[in-house]
Amino acid sequence: MLAMVEGGVDAIEVGVPYSDPGMDGPVIQVAVDAALRGGSRVAHVFDAVREVSPRVPTVVMGYWNPMEKYGPARFAVDLKAAGGSGAITPDLIPEEAQPWVDAAYAQELAPVFLVAPSSTDERIATVGRTNRGFVYATAVMGVTGARSAVGSRAEELVARVRAQTDLPVGVGLGISNGEQAAQVAGFADAVIVGAALVAALRDGGPARVRQLTEDLAAGVRR
Amino acid sequence: MTLPDATGHFGPYGGRFVPEALVAALDELGEAHRTSQQDPDFVAELDRLLTTYAGRPTPLTDARRLSEHVGGARVLLKREDLAHTGSHKINNVLGQALLTKRMGKKRVIAETGAGQHGVATATAAALFGFDCTVYMGEEDTRRQALNVARMRLLGAEVVPVSTGTKTLKDATNEAFRDWVANVETTHYAIGSVVGPHPFPAMVRDFQRIIGVEARQQCLDLVGRLPDAVVACVGGGSNAMGIFHAFLPDADVALIGCEAGGDGVDTGRHAAPLTAGSPGVLHGARSYLMQDEDGQTQTTTSISAGLDYPGVGPEHAYLRDSGRAHYRGVTDADAMAALEVLAKKEGILCAIESAHAVAGAFQWLSEQAESSDRVVVVSCSGRGDKDVDTAARWFGLVTAEEVAEAELVRAHEGEQP
Repeated sequence: MLAMVEGGVDAIEVGVPYSDPGMDGPVIQVAVDAALRGGSRVAHVFDAVREVSPRVPTVVMGYWNPMEKYGPARFAVDLKAAGGSGAITPDLIPEEAQPWVDAAYAQELAPVFLVAPSSTDERIATVGRTNRGFVYATAVMGVTGARSAVGSRAEELVARVRAQTDLPVGVGLGISNGEQAAQVAGFADAVIVGAALVAALRDGGPARVRQLTEDLAAGVRR
Repeated sequence: MTLPDATGHFGPYGGRFVPEALVAALDELGEAHRTSQQDPDFVAELDRLLTTYAGRPTPLTDARRLSEHVGGARVLLKREDLAHTGSHKINNVLGQALLTKRMGKKRVIAETGAGQHGVATATAAALFGFDCTVYMGEEDTRRQALNVARMRLLGAEVVPVSTGTKTLKDATNEAFRDWVANVETTHYAIGSVVGPHPFPAMVRDFQRIIGVEARQQCLDLVGRLPDAVVACVGGGSNAMGIFHAFLPDADVALIGCEAGGDGVDTGRHAAPLTAGSPGVLHGARSYLMQDEDGQTQTTTSISAGLDYPGVGPEHAYLRDSGRAHYRGVTDADAMAALEVLAKKEGILCAIESAHAVAGAFQWLSEQAESSDRVVVVSCSGRGDKDVDTAARWFGLVTAEEVAEAELVRAHEGEQP
């Protein structure tokens, strides 16, 4: 994560390892399996947040069952204390999220729900009203992992989000290099990259992560 | 009050814990299911398929030698093993295949544990001309190699899943990932009363014919309702299917038998209702086997079809309300029951179903006076797929014979 900070990242998303990551492709699945086998616990995410949040804003990315088991209120208190800004919840939709939204608001944390190309305008409006911080728009229909091209529907989705809310819009899923980052930055407020950075860490350690971050950051600022 | 409510909740259970990308497809499916139930053409077409293709109604067999064995109580077997493809799974799959067609989709995907649901889905896909992909844990493809071959013969692609625990839970994750990416052309035919709304209610509706038939057949045969209805519970579709018509009959005990593995007190089992806690897995809130961090725990069962850490949300609701009772049945008790049923009735049931037979024996032994009792047992599937497992369990073949047979098979494979 420090390599990412050095590489010019604007904010960091810290994932909580979960045994059944239904929104993640093979790269993150393998990483999560390794983390859990290595003894990673839910509470460790707060240590990671504490480490980097003085340098850049951090949000947690967590599947719902570990967060619920930890206790939504307790999770929010501990995340706030660690210096976190909010949490992205990929398998939680606003309809099922009242306990988490209440807990997050109480700590002035940002609950971040996702919108997808298949979302209706009505649902996008609900997410826009419920979220704080930003709206996470998934560039494609699918799971995490690098793709050769950014979906053409991403731009259209961002426009639909802007019609419903003034919150900034971040686009993620499939973005893996500076070229794609530049393209997405042309219509979105933020570019979200996950699996490509995990793969970089796997293949080349922190040096490779720093290199990729520099490439992505340069792309965004092109 | 009918359950679930409009948002798919059975009390605190059920709901939708899914990526936003799937919500539109779940809404579309719910709407297709709702309107199809009121469409006489749809209902007639499903009825025609169930009758002329799946072989319904399945019989209720008066198991007389088994009754003698248990001291006189009347044991009636609901013979889902006689349905086409060898289990109750076909009831659900034919309904979902018709819905797939109704929604204009051309591809179905499925997860499978023992392979029964995969075979049923591959069968329906062949019948309807759909492309079909079945996800199956790598461990299960080994345990149930015969069913892998059946699916491939039927034209389906079988994808072994090697992530996580390499069993049904991980096959389900993989099917969800496929669905998120291909949801506009693909229907995910979930095989049990699990998953996000509307699946638990929809699959129950397609399976409730088991109980509707069994209830009437019992009245016709015995002249009264049974004292108990017993079924095995993995995800819980055959149990929900046979229980549902009996829910208003308060005097009929409903007994669900989970996989007790090595024993519920050993921790090595697959019995979330008996020894788990509420949580969220695969799109719904229900009981599940999880550790203190909410990570899903590894399950243990001799039965691939019951080797699953979660369970349908309506079962969670029935457990809490006390309307149904759930117990763990060990591998050893299930296999003993499988042998008794084979030797007394000439019925070789699936290992999954053997858990229900064993549970019925246990329930009867707990009754003060059992000889005038009537018990309906869901014989949810046939045991052809399990002969290999059973042969090893009972030592019917020696280790040398198994090794030799595999050598011969491998050798035959080398011939041109």
